[in-house]
Amino acid sequence: MIETIGISILWVFLYGYLIIGSIDFGAGFYSYYAKVTNKKHTIRQVIDRYLSPVWEVTNVFLVFFMIGLVGFFPASAFYFGTALLVPGSIALVLLAIRGSFYAFANYGARESNVYLFLYGITGLLIPAALSTVLTISEGGFITVDDSNVQLLLGELFVSPYSWIVVMLAIVSVLFISASFLTYYANVAKDKDAFELMRKFSLIWGGPTIFLSFLVFLTLSTHNPEHFQAMVEEGWLFVLSLLAFLAAILCIYKRKFMGIAFLLVCFQYGFAFFGYGYTHLPYILYPHITIYENVTSPEMGISLILAFLAGLLLLVPSLFLLMRLFIFNAEYARGR
Amino acid sequence: MIDDPVVLSRLLTFVTLAFHIVMATIGVGLPIFISIAELVGIKKKDPHYILLARRWTRGYTILVAVGVVTGTIIGFQLSLLWPSFMQAAGHVISLPLFMETFAFFFEAIFLGIYLYTWERFKNPIYHWLLSIPIIIGSSASAFFITSVNAFMNTPQGFDLAEGTIMNVQPLVAMFNPAMPSKVSHVLTTAYLTGAFLLAAIAAFHILRGKTHIYYKKALHLAMIGCFVFSIATIINGDIGGKFLAVYQPEKLAAAEWHFETEDRATLLLGGILDPDEQEVKFGIRIPYALSILAFNRPTAEVIGLNDFPEELWPPLYIHYFFNLMITIGMFLAAVAFAYLVFYYFNRFNSLNKWLLRAIIICAPLSILSIEFGWIMTEAGRQPWILRGYLTVAEAATTSEHVFEMLLLFSSLYLALAILLPIILIRLFKKKTVESEIENQNIIL
Repeated sequence: MIETIGISILWVFLYGYLIIGSIDFGAGFYSYYAKVTNKKHTIRQVIDRYLSPVWEVTNVFLVFFMIGLVGFFPASAFYFGTALLVPGSIALVLLAIRGSFYAFANYGARESNVYLFLYGITGLLIPAALSTVLTISEGGFITVDDSNVQLLLGELFVSPYSWIVVMLAIVSVLFISASFLTYYANVAKDKDAFELMRKFSLIWGGPTIFLSFLVFLTLSTHNPEHFQAMVEEGWLFVLSLLAFLAAILCIYKRKFMGIAFLLVCFQYGFAFFGYGYTHLPYILYPHITIYENVTSPEMGISLILAFLAGLLLLVPSLFLLMRLFIFNAEYARGR
Repeated sequence: MIDDPVVLSRLLTFVTLAFHIVMATIGVGLPIFISIAELVGIKKKDPHYILLARRWTRGYTILVAVGVVTGTIIGFQLSLLWPSFMQAAGHVISLPLFMETFAFFFEAIFLGIYLYTWERFKNPIYHWLLSIPIIIGSSASAFFITSVNAFMNTPQGFDLAEGTIMNVQPLVAMFNPAMPSKVSHVLTTAYLTGAFLLAAIAAFHILRGKTHIYYKKALHLAMIGCFVFSIATIINGDIGGKFLAVYQPEKLAAAEWHFETEDRATLLLGGILDPDEQEVKFGIRIPYALSILAFNRPTAEVIGLNDFPEELWPPLYIHYFFNLMITIGMFLAAVAFAYLVFYYFNRFNSLNKWLLRAIIICAPLSILSIEFGWIMTEAGRQPWILRGYLTVAEAATTSEHVFEMLLLFSSLYLALAILLPIILIRLFKKKTVESEIENQNIIL
């Protein structure tokens, strides 16, 4: 029971990070794109107004997931911790560059192209780096002997599965954030920005589906067990595809932009939870399962209680944040 | 040494925390003064205090942003560099770690709102109310994370049977004996450091010839904070010493070079140790003071290092860090006290040049003191990472690439350490106080 609740909480938070992190990362990239193509006054204003108040919140989702994972499944700290020193550290440095340079560029005195470039490019590199953790969790990239855990970096570099996941991550970031910014530009009644972001949504939509299929294909050879489980729950992925098609239709027709973004969230929701659900009981193939490596019931229950108490605090606060900034047309328009 | 993952992991953790601790301290220390300044401004209808709060918030935001970044790094690095420790910690002490992320979440949300809503409410008190969750969130973060550190010093709330952790009691682990003294010390010293930073900025401008009343108001507000929290720091510092005497006597003994268990113990300041003879040269000795520090009684018996096996001795260099921390703490209190005496007994002299210089010096000193105190408490726990259960050497990663990571992160911190002051100075030079006051008069 505890393991199910625990992994569900964690997965929901990782999904939250996937969505708002993608919006954030992609927006950074588009912001830089707008800068080099001199479109400053349309899209960048919209991006700045969305990003400024919420960027710190994004980071917390990731930390929350990691700490929660260590809490509910302590052994994962040992395995992932030992194996991921190098890729993890690189992702951390990228996150650090991104976070601090965003603050420097945004609150600092001068707008600098270097800061913006770093901010934009890390927005694509970080998801690429983080997505390799999911790849590693599929097994085959870690050796364990005498409790000595090692990551096979070479294998990771030549694995087609690993590269397709990386590409899917980057394309998803661009698509999710474009579809959100299309909606947000619409709320802000910024026509130029709206048209630009709509175009990007349509451009990046197709590749997300294409690469998802490739992920399926390569997983079938890389981890047949997981692939088989995914086929059995295939209806989830069909729903994901349907949500995607409906979203693209809305965006194409320039109608129901809010619903279109929600549909994109559903597209990723179905796929992400389908992927996660079929990944179980393994957290890390074949070393960590949620049943064998769950924490003690005492700790598990106290973590769940703390989580509920935390939600009581956070949900109203997040609601306030959204009311004041994101879903506030006056604010979005820059008044 | 260069390929010993234990030494390298310690070094990398040291570099990360030495950097993060400055940001974290300021992050915890400033909100309370921002909030006070805004409240005073609203109550007195004095736009200077509002401007003060706004300008402090601007600097605070940049520092917090960097603190978020380094905090994320250390959060992950604990698992990357100390996987066995985090596995054990995950079993027993993950509750406060988990709650810390919530507290930080809470703070981040309201900081975001606070920053961008200065003129959005008709009644300014609503905006002030938003500062309360920021204070609560940042201080609660400090509370939770310090309770984890306290647990490393006095672990409890579980049983260890044949290498398996059993009978976990999360709340017992969290509310361990080291927690109250550590948490109160971390909080008050953070507020104290925050106050001295703000006071030093104001003092610097006055010393440079700025005459606007704004600076005097800023200085006075901050100096009251300095005084209050320096007294609080001395009090809970004393409590911390008494805690050590009972629960971690080896740490106190190492910090004091106190080798033989004896009553009427002498407090030692400075000196040079001959470790073989256990003799100290050139130190200042204060009779009975160590017994008083440890147990409030001049005749109390204080346990000496020789009662512990030598392989469990903390490194003896912590004596200097301990002394430096206390000396700086006393100096900070003295400067704050002197300012108030000057202010209330002779109003003009509170802006005495030497006093202003002392206040300016206090800002870097207070940060140094935080670093020294932290080194003293972490090095003083050696060789343990979980006192009595797990040593640092057993907990470190076995990865071969720690050295490269050390270089990577060191260059990151170096870059940040160079850029951060440049950005801050540029930010505040672009919009001077005088120009902002002029512009504000139109609005208010």
